[in-house]
Amino acid sequence: MNFLVFVKQVPDTETKIQIAGDGKSIVEDGVNFIVSPYDEIAIEEALLQKEALGGEITVATMGPNRGEAALRTALAMGCDKAVHLEDDAFEGADSYATAKALAAVVKKLNPDLIFLGKQGVGTDNTQVGQMVAEMAGLGHIGMCVKLEIDGDKIRGEREIEGGRETIEVSLPAVVVAQKGLNEPRYPALRGIMQAKRKPIEKLTVADLGLSADEVGAAGSKTEFARLEMPPAREAGKKLEVEPEVAAKEIVAFLKNEAKAL
Amino acid sequence: MILVFAEQRDGVLKKASKEAVSEGKRLSSKLAVPVAAVLMGKGADQAVDEVKKFGPDKVFVTEGASLDQYSADGFAEATANIAKEQNATVILFPATTMGVDVAPRVAAQLEAGLVSDITGLEVANGKLVATKPVYSGKAVATVNFKSDIQMVTLRSNVFPLEENPSDPEVLKVDASGISPKGVAVSTELKEGGKVELAEAAIVISGGRGMKGPENFPLIEEVATLLGGAVGASRAAVDAGWIDHSYQVGQTGKVVSPTVYIACGISGAIQHIAGMGSSKFIIAINKDEDAPIFSVSSLGIVGDLFKVVPALTEELKKLG
Repeated sequence: MNFLVFVKQVPDTETKIQIAGDGKSIVEDGVNFIVSPYDEIAIEEALLQKEALGGEITVATMGPNRGEAALRTALAMGCDKAVHLEDDAFEGADSYATAKALAAVVKKLNPDLIFLGKQGVGTDNTQVGQMVAEMAGLGHIGMCVKLEIDGDKIRGEREIEGGRETIEVSLPAVVVAQKGLNEPRYPALRGIMQAKRKPIEKLTVADLGLSADEVGAAGSKTEFARLEMPPAREAGKKLEVEPEVAAKEIVAFLKNEAKAL
Repeated sequence: MILVFAEQRDGVLKKASKEAVSEGKRLSSKLAVPVAAVLMGKGADQAVDEVKKFGPDKVFVTEGASLDQYSADGFAEATANIAKEQNATVILFPATTMGVDVAPRVAAQLEAGLVSDITGLEVANGKLVATKPVYSGKAVATVNFKSDIQMVTLRSNVFPLEENPSDPEVLKVDASGISPKGVAVSTELKEGGKVELAEAAIVISGGRGMKGPENFPLIEEVATLLGGAVGASRAAVDAGWIDHSYQVGQTGKVVSPTVYIACGISGAIQHIAGMGSSKFIIAINKDEDAPIFSVSSLGIVGDLFKVVPALTEELKKLG
């Protein structure tokens, strides 16, 4: 079985966000970049399925040079080889233009099963997995929290409001990983050493058979006009009173201010 | 035309769908174009009367057994077909688990821009301008569309629900030509009657201060009395006290209820990311320096094991 995992490099979730001078992006200096937490779950699932079924895992990312660190992390976890979509033309891509490039990778590598995290923490779009599936003409399982491979079919449970539903789809297919699917492993020292020797193939826009106006900012369907800090919340009153008084205060607040009772 | 994908399950229209149709109706007057609701899946027929209350000019209902069960690609294809036929320029989805699963596939088919989980929508020079929280609410982005067709998913509980009854034309759409790839083969719902976290008007969450799973019934009782839902912080979920489907925060659910009550939650940045857009925040915490107090509309410095039972008593008195 050939597995393909797409990962995105994102600012560490503990990062304090600062708006850059252009008013549209964030200051990257001093920011620690990590593999998006949902993509770690995607990597882990590919590793678990490979352990059960055999095969090979390719991990791919699109992004600037620093993205290589994300690929090395995935290789250290146990992926076999990596693909780095690195080209100035990829820059400034929205979800649509990102999916366009990733779908071209799917067509090139022809994997049986593709894994992505449900969202890159940061832009929080939750779009790319489903878009890649559509552009590659494949079925998908979204927000997957449990996966079972059964011959040429997969069955996955996905979270829905108030419960779960099971989706069945034929391979090849896309699985969009949600928290709960597994617990991602930490790379072992041996894995980190081995990762240094694993191959990373660089691909440009031309290598994917795409033109520069189909990807990056030029191929995007949306663009950030502004990025701003959210309006600060003002702290209201803080009370240190007897529990019974506190309870009365809460009920009064729910009634009079929030009008929720 | 403005299309609104109005999610329904077994004839029951989602609250988030009502909000989306309400917003579609408001946009329809701003853009001076008609608005239509799209219903699909088993029970779609029964949801027509409910969707009419929110003022659509037309209602499309798909027909054909192929779409009885949920299918992201099947539903997307049906929606895209209607959009093409009606020359839709705007398509709204509720940001439900179904909406966020279907919308990207529709956008890919229509080569349309899609902005997810938006909290604001304006019209400027005839085009939509969407606002959405990014970096888990640590920043807010204003997003423009470059495509002719503009799509958004609307965050629940943000866009006001507005009844505006209409007498729309109801059109059946033959979907028998669609053969879905990924299909729902079974659905398992938790015990009925519970209010869904992402849709609840009141959420009461427990964190590390809850001390153990045995204490969650304390806040469950308050949730029941208030008609709200229970949530949890990552600390409580990681400790194994409660299932991760209850987690509120950056790697959990993002909620924006009218009232969020945080019990024994310190207020880590990743938790605030998941509930910072709540209208009112009430915090109960022993530690008077807990960061949660800096975002609370009402802060109670005290022992939740005393305050919460007292609150339960007080609410029971209201009957």
